[in-house]
Amino acid sequence: MTAIAGTVPSTSASPLHRRLAQGKTLPILIVLAALLAIWYAFTVYLNAPWQIDAYERAGTEWTATDLVRDTMAQERPVLPSPHQVVAEIWQTTVGTRLTSKRNLFYHAWITLSSTLLGFGLGTALGILLAVGIVHNRAMDKSVMPWVIASQTIPILAIAPMIIVVLNAIGLSGLLPKALISTYLSFFPIVVGMVKGFRSPEAIQLDLMRTYNASGRQTFFKLRWPAALPYLFTSMKVAVAISLVGAIVGELPTGAVSGLGARLLAGSYYGQTVQIWSALFMAAALAAVLVGIVGVAQRLALARMGGRS
Amino acid sequence: MNWTIAGALAFWAGAWALNERLSRLEPRSPAAKRALGLLVPAIFGITLLVVWEGAVRGFDISPVLLPPPSAIWARLVSAVPILWADFQQTFLKAVLIGYVIGCGSGFLVAIAIDRSPFLQRGLLPLGNFVSALPIIGVAPIMVMWFGFDWPSKAAVVIIMTFFPMLVNTVQGLASSSAIDRDLMRTYAASYGQTLFKLRLPAAAPFIFNALKINSTLALIGAIVAEFFGTPITGMGFRISTEVGRMNLDMVWAEIAVAALAGSLFYGLVALTERAVTFWHPSIRGG
Repeated sequence: MTAIAGTVPSTSASPLHRRLAQGKTLPILIVLAALLAIWYAFTVYLNAPWQIDAYERAGTEWTATDLVRDTMAQERPVLPSPHQVVAEIWQTTVGTRLTSKRNLFYHAWITLSSTLLGFGLGTALGILLAVGIVHNRAMDKSVMPWVIASQTIPILAIAPMIIVVLNAIGLSGLLPKALISTYLSFFPIVVGMVKGFRSPEAIQLDLMRTYNASGRQTFFKLRWPAALPYLFTSMKVAVAISLVGAIVGELPTGAVSGLGARLLAGSYYGQTVQIWSALFMAAALAAVLVGIVGVAQRLALARMGGRS
Repeated sequence: MNWTIAGALAFWAGAWALNERLSRLEPRSPAAKRALGLLVPAIFGITLLVVWEGAVRGFDISPVLLPPPSAIWARLVSAVPILWADFQQTFLKAVLIGYVIGCGSGFLVAIAIDRSPFLQRGLLPLGNFVSALPIIGVAPIMVMWFGFDWPSKAAVVIIMTFFPMLVNTVQGLASSSAIDRDLMRTYAASYGQTLFKLRLPAAAPFIFNALKINSTLALIGAIVAEFFGTPITGMGFRISTEVGRMNLDMVWAEIAVAALAGSLFYGLVALTERAVTFWHPSIRGG
């Protein structure tokens, strides 16, 4: 950015103005506003047929303004308007008791806890596998292709079966859902960490040898720090798919609790507003999780003296 | 300790020792090297199957929980017509059509916004953000809008594949170096010429990356979308109903088909990538 600011004579010295003119904030806001406008337009367009039908059955006279107003306030719209979704989210988060099953935060918490458990397990498993792959030749040659092949099994598709089977052998509650997240999230970690553990150059490994460093020392003083940037990048991907795993894992449990259950219940009863609000909650959750990993990344790398 | 388990364990130990030895070999000819590269993981895979079979038989695990590979194979062979019908419904219709439309539109939109730096700055962060979202959640909405048959599944696949393609293509188009673009300018190359002769080829590794990511995403999207409502065929439908009827060998057969289809799809994209981006260091080297 500074290079561009140097070549283009800036009319204003204020950093805020420059940020708006050259940064990403303004374009993002404008694109978002455009998306919102398109959404409203589609709300009217998609909900109009049902509304016109309703008018004709009631035999009322209607004008275009009536139509626009009523299409945005339907009980079960084809596409709810943005403010309906916001109102629903507000009502189900702030408007109800936190312990109530109608509270969206309650469902988000259920999903979040299995996401985090699965993500933690997946990260640990991924790092362990990567350590094995880097240090053992036979494991490298035989396990790595199957790690890749394991991801061609659409685990999300067999999530229901895994939940049912694990329930049958007595595992229920949080763990089965978390295991699906684990299965999904270990893959990017393994791939990233194998790359990361191998990122020290030969000359650096040679230096460790001249120091007469043991395998342990080489690992903790050279390989591990070198792999950290890779770890955080993989963790961002892993946490996002852990959330997807947790949501899909909730589908077969009979729609009791969690964001996935809200989606399923909403689709059974045609509650589109509920589906959209659960969807937005999931999106917010994903954004917060990825954001937290990003902050951790910046802090850790800053402590190591690197550029983020 | 019964003999089946002991046999399976002995096989495992033998295969592990064999692999340990094989991976220490340093064959001279490239053909032998490639054969070894296939043999070692193949032995590992067979070991997994043998241990699975041995464990199921040895510990007397009920087939309701985990059927042995032999039973799955028997079911796979006997249920070919059903599996084929499901495959047609899910893969040939929903996945392929959604994949082509999703990747194609992502590609075209990327080329369109590439001309406007303003849109790039506005859309790229959003595209990156959307790629991290649990998009699979739109499945119930799509089923509501487009009905139970394959168009709703294709719609989910389109949305899932669109953003990775968009983000990767925009990045790829920006990846040609300034000096190369300056060269094109000195040749007085038009926008179209620069695009087709320089920037699209330079973007190819990124585009294929997106195609590979999308090949697995598309299959998952189509199968999960079927949980929210389908006609009476389709891989996702079969999996969810057979789980309910405790026919787990059928479920595993369906999973085997899905895994095979997913791997072949991925392999096909990877082979095309090799042919198209033969100049890229990662391919020249390997």
